[in-house]
Amino acid sequence: MTCLQGIAMKFKVVLVAMSVLAVAACASDEPVVENTPPAATPTPPPQRVTAVPGSVEDFQETAGDRVFFDYDQFDLRSDARATLDRQASWLSQYGNVTVRIHGNADERGTREYNLALAARRANSARDYLVSRGVAASRIETISNGEEQPVCSASTEECWALNRNATTVIVAGAVTS
Amino acid sequence: MKRFLTVLILTVFAAGAAAAQPVIDINQGHLNPLPVATPPFIGAAPAEAQTGAEIAAVVEADLERSGLFRPINHTAFIEQITDLDLKPRFEDWRVINANALLTGDVEMSSDARMRVSFRLWDVFGEQELLGLTFVTTPENWRRVAHKIADAVYEELTGEMGYFDSRIVFVSESGPRLSRSKRLAIMDQDGANLRFLTNGDYTVLTPRFSPSSQTIAYLSYQNTKPQVHLFDIETGRHEMLGNIPNMTFAPRFSPDGNSLALTLEDSGNSDIYLMDLRSRQMSRLTTGSAIDTSPTFSPDGRQIVFESDRSGSQQLYIMNIDGSDVRRISFGSGRYATPVWSPRGDLIAFTKIASGRFSIGVMRQDGSGERLLADGFRAEGPTWSPNGRVLMFWREERGSTPGVWSVDLTGQNLRRVETPGAASDPAWSPLLQ
Repeated sequence: MTCLQGIAMKFKVVLVAMSVLAVAACASDEPVVENTPPAATPTPPPQRVTAVPGSVEDFQETAGDRVFFDYDQFDLRSDARATLDRQASWLSQYGNVTVRIHGNADERGTREYNLALAARRANSARDYLVSRGVAASRIETISNGEEQPVCSASTEECWALNRNATTVIVAGAVTS
Repeated sequence: MKRFLTVLILTVFAAGAAAAQPVIDINQGHLNPLPVATPPFIGAAPAEAQTGAEIAAVVEADLERSGLFRPINHTAFIEQITDLDLKPRFEDWRVINANALLTGDVEMSSDARMRVSFRLWDVFGEQELLGLTFVTTPENWRRVAHKIADAVYEELTGEMGYFDSRIVFVSESGPRLSRSKRLAIMDQDGANLRFLTNGDYTVLTPRFSPSSQTIAYLSYQNTKPQVHLFDIETGRHEMLGNIPNMTFAPRFSPDGNSLALTLEDSGNSDIYLMDLRSRQMSRLTTGSAIDTSPTFSPDGRQIVFESDRSGSQQLYIMNIDGSDVRRISFGSGRYATPVWSPRGDLIAFTKIASGRFSIGVMRQDGSGERLLADGFRAEGPTWSPNGRVLMFWREERGSTPGVWSVDLTGQNLRRVETPGAASDPAWSPLLQ
């Protein structure tokens, strides 16, 4: 009995990585023969639930409710414009929907400046939607300053997520 | 309420000319704090003695916290003070190196009034420096203690005190992604804490009126963030005017009759002045830059504010009508939240450079910049009533914010006790 077989007998399930370690440990030249573990029943891939057209979920899935900004900036990046284009087209399809755009800033500015900066971001998104044909009367804006982070760590990754303008449906959506 | 304290001058045992009275050079004091003895104030009845001990302890803590005084451990005391009107045995205090000695006495009278008398002694000069009596109601004992501490501070430093004052701040609780922010007020030493809002909505940046009776703050109570006023006496919250826009960054004028604030319109933030009686607004800045965080000069004739009109946040001064705008900050980095010293000589600010926040001061022409404290986040300085100490909030990376104080010299950096996390402190003027 090789030492590997001894190990295999002790442990019913032998992980591949573990047997490699064991081989190294035993420094044996003998070929290792193992039974292939029984195939597991595949878990079904997550069912893609299609949101009810015209619902808040539909808006979030098909358009995307959030656009992101660079540090201390409020001009729209190309990825932000693409998202806002989808928002505008969705909003033209559901003409009763009114929205509120929340401007947000990361924690790396002073609190009062961040209120003003986040207001600029909300307004950038609003102006773009209006330029794409959404009636200004359907859009209001609010500045959250740095008060509503969506990511809690003080890291570059979180700051990038926290610099955003988020379009929230206020009324007129189809109930899902 | 305003005149609840009666102050009497005690007969001073004038022992010749005040020759070598202990004097603290406030710019050097922290290096060599003055040893001071504060034995319990005398009280004939147990309740009086109890209050007397509590008053002396509050005075002692005030003096110690200033960093200018070093209270002597009571176990070293030799003489027990038993009569306020007898001269202390100076040699007993000299031998434990007390430079100043504070003695006091508490008397409750039959009409539910309390008389608190004290004498401040120059131990080495063997003379009385100061003697005062306060007459008030017993529940005001803490304020009497702070007034005594102010009197001692004034006598020994030549500067106005700051202990009889309050702090309004934002008390924070809960995880970062759903942080609750409540308006809270407390005495300068952390006592008498009260919450002024219940945490159902976020509040930010409270500021005192010059009378300390009204607080202007930013509230998210309605959909839009807007400036609200809170009246401490009546407990009434009120939205400022009927303005559809976001309004923020409020500051009272020194006469209390107007409020400088920022109003946002279509993404553009500008500074306005509101007459608090007529509620009429006049616009002070124009243009597409972010103009915000205005504060008045002590004479009420100028406003210092921050603007990113140059491309980054910098400090500017303008006249009260918006004219004669001039930039004063030219260092590297961004400058924000300027606050004029009550003495008028300095402007405190937040500086952001190389990813760090600092609290600093500069003269009103922008010269003499000095940084006093820094941190991952350090923001929002507020002046003590005498312009000697700055309070601000600070947060280390991944931590929760707290309130800190630092002397104008950059020494005596201390955490201010708050219940849990706290930010956005504002220091009241001396109470009236």
